[in-house]
Amino acid sequence: MADRVRIVNACKYFGKVVALRNASLSVKPGEVVLVIGPSGSGKSTMLRCINRLEHLSSGEIWVDEDKVTDHASDIRKIREEVGMVFQSFNLFPHLTALENITLAPRVVKKISDTDARDLGRKLLARVGLSEKETVFPEQLSGGQQQRVAIARALAMSPKVMLFDEPTSALDPEMIKEVLDVMVELAKEGMTMLVVSHEMGFARAAAHTVVFMDNGEIIERGPPEAVFAAPKEERTQRFLKHIL
Amino acid sequence: MAEVESAKSTGVSKEAPVSPRGDPRLGRGARIEVTDGALIPGRGEKATFSAWRISFFGALALLVGLFLFKPHPYRDIMLFLPDGILKTFEVTVMSIACALIIGLFAGLGRISRVRIINRIATIYVEVIRGIPLLVQIFYIYYALGKLIQVPDILAAVIAMAVCYGAYLGEIFRAGIQSIHKGQMEAAIALGLTRGQALRRIILPQTVRVVLPPLGNEFIALLKDSSLVSILAVSDLLRRGREYASKTFDYFEAFTVVALVYLVMTLFFSRLVALMEERMNQRGR
Repeated sequence: MADRVRIVNACKYFGKVVALRNASLSVKPGEVVLVIGPSGSGKSTMLRCINRLEHLSSGEIWVDEDKVTDHASDIRKIREEVGMVFQSFNLFPHLTALENITLAPRVVKKISDTDARDLGRKLLARVGLSEKETVFPEQLSGGQQQRVAIARALAMSPKVMLFDEPTSALDPEMIKEVLDVMVELAKEGMTMLVVSHEMGFARAAAHTVVFMDNGEIIERGPPEAVFAAPKEERTQRFLKHIL
Repeated sequence: MAEVESAKSTGVSKEAPVSPRGDPRLGRGARIEVTDGALIPGRGEKATFSAWRISFFGALALLVGLFLFKPHPYRDIMLFLPDGILKTFEVTVMSIACALIIGLFAGLGRISRVRIINRIATIYVEVIRGIPLLVQIFYIYYALGKLIQVPDILAAVIAMAVCYGAYLGEIFRAGIQSIHKGQMEAAIALGLTRGQALRRIILPQTVRVVLPPLGNEFIALLKDSSLVSILAVSDLLRRGREYASKTFDYFEAFTVVALVYLVMTLFFSRLVALMEERMNQRGR
């Protein structure tokens, strides 16, 4: 099967700092990839290059047939198909939960208000927040905000979902409600790239674990293999810290 | 909490400092504090609010008292001034309306990624902020006079709008930049264009941040509009002078003029505070 996301020799420099060094990765449709590694290892940068929130310095990224790194390709079309969930949620504070979800379908896909509202309600129900329709982000807990943010991304019917440390800003008791939604999504066959250190999620849903360090992809494999018997010394050292 | 200094208080310095905001999740950590001009009395600030009440009702009571108990010359003065009050409002409202449009474009220009637009907007702001308003009013009046004949009031409005546009531009710029960058990222990650994101996500949030300083600039402009009396525009101050030069009641005339200005500015500062409270309640 063709790759849903293909990253080829990706390099990214911020001035003299190297964020990505020749990273290559392919993700099959329906595959759930968990990216782990120390902070500053380039995990988030790699994710953010997939929908071109950051530009690669060199290398190529493809989402299906579309070349993200080609400036001639319509990046907005690609972004519609690549959902993103941020560590800090980034919900729109002046819009209600429902409006947060319906905005992009209305503005970008130009679907009618009624259709958008139906879609939004369905998605809110899916993340278990039906009763929060008219509530503003500020009045939601962190876990609830992140679930609305997931629903907002899903509203564009993306082919891939990127999760950039989705639970790092959450209090421990709220992590589970977000992970449950993500595991559910994974089971439904969504292609996912998740930057996170949640071992619970790794066990429940990840097909592949990628370990990054210093901008490089050091090791990749099924979670059992990487966690139980890491081949690389750097992976072993890192896992000792977080497990 | 980030504090953004009033554009005005920074004079000709390059940047009004915008420090990183508080909690980025909430998207409203920034608050623009204005250091010059009238205080804006929100109900929360008890001391300011009660000072506002004393000044406002004190000035009103003084005006009414003088009108009733010292009709000569105060009643005559007060009957002579209303035309000027209307003129002052006319100049203020028209100027602020034009200045808001100029300011929005100047602010957007200042953050534009297109170099030439950015440069033009920045030069405009720097030049205008470096010249006193009174000099600008004279200059624009006579410069316009060389090209076309415009009514005095229009010249005054253009001068005020061009000047205040620069200050408002800095407020808009600081306001837009105070919105966490995650908001723009989230919007474009959903497939919105930058323009759509600006209009639907960034500017609506900016309005709430810039409303207090904009209200303050409005009040400052109301006061500065007294400068146009120099251009044969019969505003409040000029009406006062006209009266005084006929009767030589300078002290009395300017007492009333000052009190009327005070009542107006205090009235509007309370109105701005109410608007701010309203916006904060609705949709945070």
